[in-house]
Amino acid sequence: MFSIPENWNELTLKEKQEARINSWALAPIEFASPEAEQGYRKRTQMLKDVIQLKKPERVPVIPWWGIYPAEYGGITVQEAMYDYEKLGDAWKKFNADFVPDGLVSAALIGPGKAFDLLDVKNYHWPGHGTPADTSYQCVEGEYMAADDYDALIVDPSNYFMRTYLPRVLGAMGPWQMLAPWTDIIELPFVGLTLIPAGIPPVQQAFKTFLEAGQAIMEWISAVGPIDGASIAGLGLPSTIGAFTKAPFDTLGDTLRGTRGIMLDMYRQPDKLIAAMERLVPIAIEMGVRGATSGDNPLVFMPLHKGADGFMSNQDFEKFYWPTLKAVLLGLIEAGTVPYLFAEGGYNQRLDTIVDSDIPAGHVVWMFDHTDMKEVKKKLGGWACFGGNVPGSLMKAGTPQEIESYVKQLIDDVAQDGGYILANGAVLDDATPENVHAMIEAGKKYGVY
Amino acid sequence: MSQQLVDAITGMREEDALKITKELLEGGTSPFDILGACSTAMDVIGGRFEKGEAFIPELILAGEVLTQISDMLKPVMDDGEGQAAEKLGKIVIGTVEGDIHDIAKDIVAFMLEINGFDVTDLGVDVPPAKFVEATKETGATIVGLSGFLTLAYDPMKETVAALKGAGLDDVKVMIGGGQVDEQIRAYTGADAYGRDAMAAVTLAKQWIGG
Repeated sequence: MFSIPENWNELTLKEKQEARINSWALAPIEFASPEAEQGYRKRTQMLKDVIQLKKPERVPVIPWWGIYPAEYGGITVQEAMYDYEKLGDAWKKFNADFVPDGLVSAALIGPGKAFDLLDVKNYHWPGHGTPADTSYQCVEGEYMAADDYDALIVDPSNYFMRTYLPRVLGAMGPWQMLAPWTDIIELPFVGLTLIPAGIPPVQQAFKTFLEAGQAIMEWISAVGPIDGASIAGLGLPSTIGAFTKAPFDTLGDTLRGTRGIMLDMYRQPDKLIAAMERLVPIAIEMGVRGATSGDNPLVFMPLHKGADGFMSNQDFEKFYWPTLKAVLLGLIEAGTVPYLFAEGGYNQRLDTIVDSDIPAGHVVWMFDHTDMKEVKKKLGGWACFGGNVPGSLMKAGTPQEIESYVKQLIDDVAQDGGYILANGAVLDDATPENVHAMIEAGKKYGVY
Repeated sequence: MSQQLVDAITGMREEDALKITKELLEGGTSPFDILGACSTAMDVIGGRFEKGEAFIPELILAGEVLTQISDMLKPVMDDGEGQAAEKLGKIVIGTVEGDIHDIAKDIVAFMLEINGFDVTDLGVDVPPAKFVEATKETGATIVGLSGFLTLAYDPMKETVAALKGAGLDDVKVMIGGGQVDEQIRAYTGADAYGRDAMAAVTLAKQWIGG
């Protein structure tokens, strides 16, 4: 937990960021060895340097992994989601064998049992629509109907509890019978508001909810020590303090689906924009809360539907960017560091995202199919950046090809610091030789 | 042909397009002329997409307008009367086994269709055997494999092998998706890959000689 100092409101943005980074970097962890402690301090220092656009001791190497650690560890994804001992063996082995500069966390995989109990409808996962060795995948749909905008805008939490969640969590279907908590404004309303809580299907929904909570407690009790072992044993800092999303993606991924939101851009643009604006403070609070409770300033934001090709630049500037920018400014204001993962191409968006309202040295941008020399030209001296090593190369390339790709990338864009070596898109598949080649090449050619 | 209707569709004015269609029908315009206007409009939008002037929202909205206009025309069209437009060739398309992403695949199918191909869309999570079966059944000469995840690489490779193993060596296979490039084309043994929907159309036209 990051404890907010008393003079917080008097601090500058830089001082707030510094306070959060230092708290994370100096975390009182019981390391397994002096080497592990030294490694942790060195890695957090490298990250601090690149965030603040300085030259670190060497380029930090922080690939972004999906479910490849399962395959590497000889288990299926299904086993990783349900058998936490196997999950732990695989993820600890992955971290120990490859030693990247950031923890590969086991926390993003499960808990399968809770998903079963809750009857999650908007995802497929192994045993529930996808094969045992495949990652979980989103089932897009209009879980929020086109005419639900007003309800969402008036009270997003109420909308989530009584409309959205009953649609996507089968076991929570009866929650649609609940009354809004905001009805409880005088004593008699306690009784009246809670009448639905006595209805048998609602009672059953809450019983299942508690069972899921139990399953989640079993999972996190296992996952905490798994990640903890890699942090304390190897000195790998966690590079995800919290999650949040761009409001356009919350609506486009989670609520309306791609088709729905793209039609809304034409059919009801004002409502769409109002809804995104409504989600801004919620997205900021989610990121800041996670960063504070986890004592880690990095707020991970996967960006989806603003990539090149999804919409025109004009629409990007009208629909995608303004509320994303507002979230970034809110996160920066709180001293956290947004860590943006821009999959796909962002070549057409670079001029827009280099926005003069966003202060230099407060954001990390990771790219995929984006021209990194252009990125360097436009983001250099303004934001830390990285990414781009192709997933295709990691799967079908040779270690020699990967070494020369990484060397070239570092030669091209890393010379002034403010740079992280990473792959471009979530990697679910690769070969061990290629993973070694990428990480070793980064460590070899990335020394300043 | 109604230029007004073409302009409404290409101008993304959905309500106007539907209103004009209604007026045209009431005024006795032949449903085939209306369909002709729709087809012209789709060519314009396809051309803009090709040039990077139209994007996914425009394709989705235009598709939606087209569906609504077709629904309005159905009651006034005799089933047998429809002049089956000459198709350039048959294509089977789908997202490979284990991957359920459909947005990009749907756009490719849509662009192929408006460019005159007869497209059989097998949906998502399609096993190799189903591609083989559908290719044989339809007599398609082109198969399109889509995949978003890096996990799609191996199923693509297996599907290419299954097609060849079933004696469909002459069938051309194109692959595409977020993380697909020349390296993955070589890895899977596909004939070509495409970065976007227009690349799929260009490839299909080359292969079919259209």
